[in-house]
Amino acid sequence: MAPATSILSIEDLSIAYDRDKYAVKNVTATVRKNAITAIMGPSGCGKTTLLRAINRMHELYPNISTEGKIKLYGDNIYEMPTIELRRKIGMVFQRPNPFPTMSIYENVIAGYKLNGIHLKRSERDEIVEITLRDVTLWDEVKNALHKKGTFLSGGQQQRLCVARALAFKPEIILLDEPTSALDPVSTAKIEDLLVELKQHYTIILVTHNMSQAARISDNSMFMYLGELIEYEDTKTMFTNPKDPRTEGYLTGKFG
Amino acid sequence: MDSSILQKRKTMTTTTHFGARSFKSRLFFSIVLLFALITISIVFLIIGTLAAKGFRQINWSFFTQVAPDTFDAMMANASGKIIPGGILNGITGTLLLVGLASVIAIPFGIVIGIYLYENATKRYANVIRDITDVLQGVPSIVVGLIVYLWVVVDITKGYSVLAGSVALAIMMLPLIIRSTEESMKMVPTTLKEAAIALGTPYYKVILRVLIPSSFSGLITGVLLAVSRVMGETAPLLLTTLGNSSVNWNLAKPVSAVPLLIWQFYNDPNMVNLIWSSSLFLMGFVLLLNILSKWIAAKKSIQ
Ligand SMILES: Nc1ncnc2c1ncn2[C@@H]1O[C@H](COP(=O)(O)OP(=O)(O)OP(=O)(O)O)[C@@H](O)[C@H]1O
Ligand SMILES: [Mg+2]
Repeated sequence: MAPATSILSIEDLSIAYDRDKYAVKNVTATVRKNAITAIMGPSGCGKTTLLRAINRMHELYPNISTEGKIKLYGDNIYEMPTIELRRKIGMVFQRPNPFPTMSIYENVIAGYKLNGIHLKRSERDEIVEITLRDVTLWDEVKNALHKKGTFLSGGQQQRLCVARALAFKPEIILLDEPTSALDPVSTAKIEDLLVELKQHYTIILVTHNMSQAARISDNSMFMYLGELIEYEDTKTMFTNPKDPRTEGYLTGKFG
Repeated sequence: MDSSILQKRKTMTTTTHFGARSFKSRLFFSIVLLFALITISIVFLIIGTLAAKGFRQINWSFFTQVAPDTFDAMMANASGKIIPGGILNGITGTLLLVGLASVIAIPFGIVIGIYLYENATKRYANVIRDITDVLQGVPSIVVGLIVYLWVVVDITKGYSVLAGSVALAIMMLPLIIRSTEESMKMVPTTLKEAAIALGTPYYKVILRVLIPSSFSGLITGVLLAVSRVMGETAPLLLTTLGNSSVNWNLAKPVSAVPLLIWQFYNDPNMVNLIWSSSLFLMGFVLLLNILSKWIAAKKSIQ
């Protein structure tokens, strides 16, 4: 598969939490710009580890070791300051986690606040409104902007978390099973949102839900025991998987 | 199938012994209830006794005048009047001592507590944790002696507010360290990760996310530490001695409510003031405890 314009290239990446116990093994892949790339695979195959390696969140674990490179527009992210990198690559987590001490408004601009970037009142207002519109939350919360974000429903909270990640205008958004804690209606809203967002952002999505990957992703990775087994155009992978393990997973034989 | 048979058997055995077991458990329950009632009644007896014996002395001058001298007290007792004066020197002294002790102990305690939380599994974190436990076990009179040696003899060259506060701060420190670490642990890791994923520098994650998210826990810990040291007497006897008038000079001796209680106890003319002072101290500590419980409860509702 040859991506149209690539934004990120993962080069022979291996990650071990403890010595010689690899969670990700020799993964090489390029990620297409303005597309949704899904990462699938059975539990424990290294999806989260791979995703977190992209914004270097995996480095929070003390004994972790990383080999190989990840390049963002050709620059090795392991040579960039993490603070700068994480502003370019945003992240949304499995469970909605708005800051409970902050209002909805403050949550959206939390990235600026926490980084000590001072904005004028009008700039802040504008960022909050535009970003909340982007995540289709504006109409629901515009009269409650100064209430705590934790008052929202789970699905609304998750959209708020997407807004928080978007407010910095990152290049890439990483999402780790963002709908696994949500009901079907909220899930559908997030899926629509992601399809909308790919016009301006590149999205990498870990999902356990195969039909979700089939519905919204352009490309799909299938991982198994830390290895990237297959990386294809999503349609091709679902209709004509090359590797028997991919086929086994997609047909529900394991996972 | 097998398990359901097993289940039935279990139920049967339980039924057979039902009578005996029920008697034992009722006996056990009664004993627990009895002990609980005794404990509760001790608390009410303390409060009741203090209130009954102390309330007569609690009036406006109790809060606005310093402790009387023994002659005035004797005269009042002889003519059956209430003892004049109050415990203003003790109240202001306690506020000053505890306030300064908090100023010293809170920053130290919170910084060390956060350090322990951040480095939970490191070896030196465990060493610090053990030392903290040892510090908590040091008898308060020993703390007083050491501070006497360090501060009274070497720094202020005499009994002083500073010495008393250092002694109280040393006693508050382990309590604040532990409560800080515990309340940090209550903050979900996902919040910390959310902040880190936004590119937030480490110190800002602590200042803007961890501390605000655990704020009520931190306050609760500080309030409990304050209420623990507020009634300390022995270390103050060795470090700040007492003062018959109000003092705000940190290098001079000062009085404190528990010190006054001790003095009143040693003066047969002042007996009545013991009870009112104890009632006041008890009430204040109780208030702090209720306040910290209230803050903790408000947090858990969120
Ligand atoms: N903090 C950790 N310390 C040690 N090993 C870990 C840690 N986190 C994950 N692992 C191991 O690394 C491997 C990959 O884990 P990872 O979380 O990346 O899998 P995953 O594909 O995201 O699984 P899931 O679908 O359950 O989320 C697993 O074998 C797991 O046990
Ligand atoms: Mg995972």
